Parts: sequence; C-alpha cells; structure tokens
Amino acid sequence: MTEIRTVGVCGAGTMGAGIAIVAARAGYAVVLYDTNADSLERAATQTEGFFAKSVERGKMTEADRDAALAAYTRTTKLDDLAACDAVIEAVFENLEVKRGLLAALHKVCPEHTIFASNTSTLSITEIAGGCGREDRVVGMHFCLPAQLMKLVEMSSGLNTSEAVFAAAWAFCEALGQRPVKTKDAPGFILNYFLVPFNNDVIRLIEAGVAEPADIDKAIKVGMGYKMGPCELLDLVGLDTQVLLCEAFHGVTSDPRCAAPPLLKRMVAAGHLGRKSGRGFFTYDRNAMYGA
Amino acid sequence: MPSYSIVDTGNSRSFPVDHPFLAGAEDGGAVLVYLGIGAGDAWRADGSKTAILVELGTGCLGAVTGESRGEEGSNTLGFARFRVGDGAPSDLVELVRQPHSDAAAIAAATLMLEGAGLEVSLCTDAAGRILDRLLRPYFNEALAKLDEGLATADDMDLTLKLGLGYPEGPIELLERTGLHHHHDVTKALFETYGTRHYAPARRAVVAKQRAARGSGT
Repeated sequence: MTEIRTVGVCGAGTMGAGIAIVAARAGYAVVLYDTNADSLERAATQTEGFFAKSVERGKMTEADRDAALAAYTRTTKLDDLAACDAVIEAVFENLEVKRGLLAALHKVCPEHTIFASNTSTLSITEIAGGCGREDRVVGMHFCLPAQLMKLVEMSSGLNTSEAVFAAAWAFCEALGQRPVKTKDAPGFILNYFLVPFNNDVIRLIEAGVAEPADIDKAIKVGMGYKMGPCELLDLVGLDTQVLLCEAFHGVTSDPRCAAPPLLKRMVAAGHLGRKSGRGFFTYDRNAMYGA
Repeated sequence: MPSYSIVDTGNSRSFPVDHPFLAGAEDGGAVLVYLGIGAGDAWRADGSKTAILVELGTGCLGAVTGESRGEEGSNTLGFARFRVGDGAPSDLVELVRQPHSDAAAIAAATLMLEGAGLEVSLCTDAAGRILDRLLRPYFNEALAKLDEGLATADDMDLTLKLGLGYPEGPIELLERTGLHHHHDVTKALFETYGTRHYAPARRAVVAKQRAARGSGT
C-alpha cells in the first residue's frame, strides 16, 4: 500500500476547512479544493487564525505552524489534486454531487489514491458506485468542528477492499484522530442517534413542555452532557438539521426523523442558529468555533 | 429562601440518602414537600401554603391533583430529582407545573430547591417530563442497534462520548444502573405515548425477565 504523503480535501466549507486543518497539523501536504474561490479564501483565513491561536496556546510550535502553512495550498482546479495519495470529500451532502466528484477524481488521481467520503447520511456503497474504483472508497465521517473533535466514524462500502480499509484506518490514526468502525448504515452511529433525538427536543419545545434553556439545563445537569441539544442545534445550523432530516427520513421513513414543523418555521424565518445570530438562543459573534 | 416542611412517606427516589435539602426542613414551613413512594396518596390540598410539592415517579401530577378541561393548577407542583435506575440522583430537579399553577408557588419552589444546591428545570405535566421522554427512545435505539450489529457496545459508547461529549455511553450507562429499571420506565411511557420508540427494547425485556427471576441483569 502506497504511503500517504499528500492529502486532498474537496469542499472548503466548515467541515472541509476543519479536515484540512487536521491533515496539515498532522504534517501532511494538503491541497484544499473548492469551486468557489471565496470559500477557499475564507478557509485559508480561518486556518491561519486557528494555527495562530494554537501557537499562542502552546499547542503548536511556530516552526510547525510555518511548515503546515507552507504545505497547505488551495485550488479551484480539480487537476491540482493529481498528486494526492488520499482525497477526503466534504462537499454538499447530495448523492449525485458526490458521485460526480468521485468519478471526476478517478480520472485525475493515480490508481493508488484512496477516496474517503465525509458523508454523514449517505451510503458509502452508493457514493462509490460507478466511480471506477469502488474498492478504494471508504467512509470517514469527521465530527464538527473537525479541528477539535477526535472521533472519526469509519465504514466500508460493499465493494471496499479490506486492505484499503486497513490503510485508511492507519491514515486516520496518523491524522491524530480516533477511528471507530461502524456499518454503512444511515447516519452511522452518531447521527443515527442524534438527528431523531434533536427532533424530539424540538417537538418538546413545540408542544410547550419546556423552554430551550430548561431542556439544555436538564440535559447538562441531569446527564452531564457538555452541551445542551438546543445549543448544539444552533451550532450545527437549523437549516443543516432540515437537510439531515430530509436525508434520514427519505431513507428510514422513521417519523422521529421527519423535520418538525417548528424547525421548518424557524428556518423559514431565518433563525438558523449561530450562523445567523439567532436560533433557539441569540448570538452576537460569528467567529469560527474553537478558534 | 422560603422555609419548608417535609412529609416523608418512605423510599424517596429523589432523596435516598442524607442531603442538605433534607437537613434544611423545619416544622410549619411555608412550603410543604411530600416525599417518597406514597407522596401522591398522602397529598392534601392546603391553600394556606405558599407551595406544595409532590414527588413524582413515572406518573403525572394530574393523577394526584385531578385535572379537567386544561384548567387545572394551584399551589401544588410536582417534582422529581432526575436519576437513571440505580444511579445516584443528579442535581437536576424537574419541577412540574400545570396550566394554571401559581406563579408564586413556582418561584418559591425554585428558590427552595436552588437554596439546597439543586438546579431546576421547569416543565409541564408530561409523562416522562423532559429527560425520560427524550432519553428512553435513545436508550431503546441503542439497545436495538447493538442487536443489529451496527457497532460493538464499546465502539457505540465511545462514539457518543467522543462525538458528543457524553460522560458515559448508553450501553454502559444502562448496564451500570440496571437495564431492568429502564424497562419499567420506558414501558410506562409506552403506555402513555404508544409509539414504538418507547416500547422496551429486547435487551431490556430480557433484563426484566431475569430480574423477575432474581438473577440480576
């Protein structure tokens, strides 16, 4: 199995930018790809800011920061991923978009390149289907914010080779992450439990059982959770929760996974959470979480 | 903080051992607290009290006070200190109100409980209140997914701890605190809500059967 030296990350959104930070911090050469130059610029600024904070807090030396930034490039051209040994895609959560990207990457990247999908809801087998190297596609679901969270849910598609999965697992550990093995099932572990749980919380609020602050307090004090579900929903984004619901409900038909009416109304009203300054709570800052 | 008196009917799940709240009680308090398994039966209406608190199990406050047309509510409130099975009670008290509960009673009860170092979440008189209503479907799903081989128990627990910052995963939590207790709580909620997510998972049913035979979980 070829050693992984250069890592491509597709998608410069919150998740992609965070994964690129993880790879750069672990000493890999990183190529961050997005079709939107503004997204790349924003990711670069956030990355520089994050590393500056890391140095300030003594978590990273200046030399390591300089090396990581020197090996960190960004591009709007897919061809620039040609030298990558592993590519992690974190693009829009849409099956056709991801399938199209992998098929295009297959033409650009060398035969040995492993493709990893950061999908949180879609089937790895379906994403890999027809890409031309179904045996070299794995699921690597990072948690938000990727630059702070160690967990990665790893799954094989039906056609993923055991050797590729083992290599991807070792790569994940070399990134400094903690992989756990799960099945290629909707939501894997985390979102399988989290999406309907959060919907139940929203329904509780909608039914007037308790206020968001009372629910968050109950969860934090009663169960010792670090973050209340309403805070978490605001962080993830209520529009993202709607997308998760649509993806999950479409696959599982579980009524708990259907988007609650209150959630839809809040999104329609522009109450998206932290990103819009208002969700279940109100916010006055919009810096990258953990920076 | 208002003064309070306690009527202890025994076997309180909220206060099974010494606690500053118990030590702070005095005769003739402005608030009267009914504790223990027989709290609901012992309750008597008393308009002279600022508040009356009745410790609840899986049942609703309305079963104690009666209710009609959504117009119920008085100086009587329900409460329970949240705990899972045999686990120690947390510092969280779910304070249960009815549609027309006295605002002064809620305020006095909150002050009284917070004065004893507890934290209060206010909720309506829903079966399972806040936490059991939210957590039991999650516990049942975790048990079901363990049976389906989604991941090992260790990986499932680890994922939820690392991914969401939970101090304990669902499987280890339920096994530590008694899976058969989960069966009893979720069965009670299933009787109210009737949706499959509250139906006891197979592993909970097995644990209950074994507990009934006296062989633990």
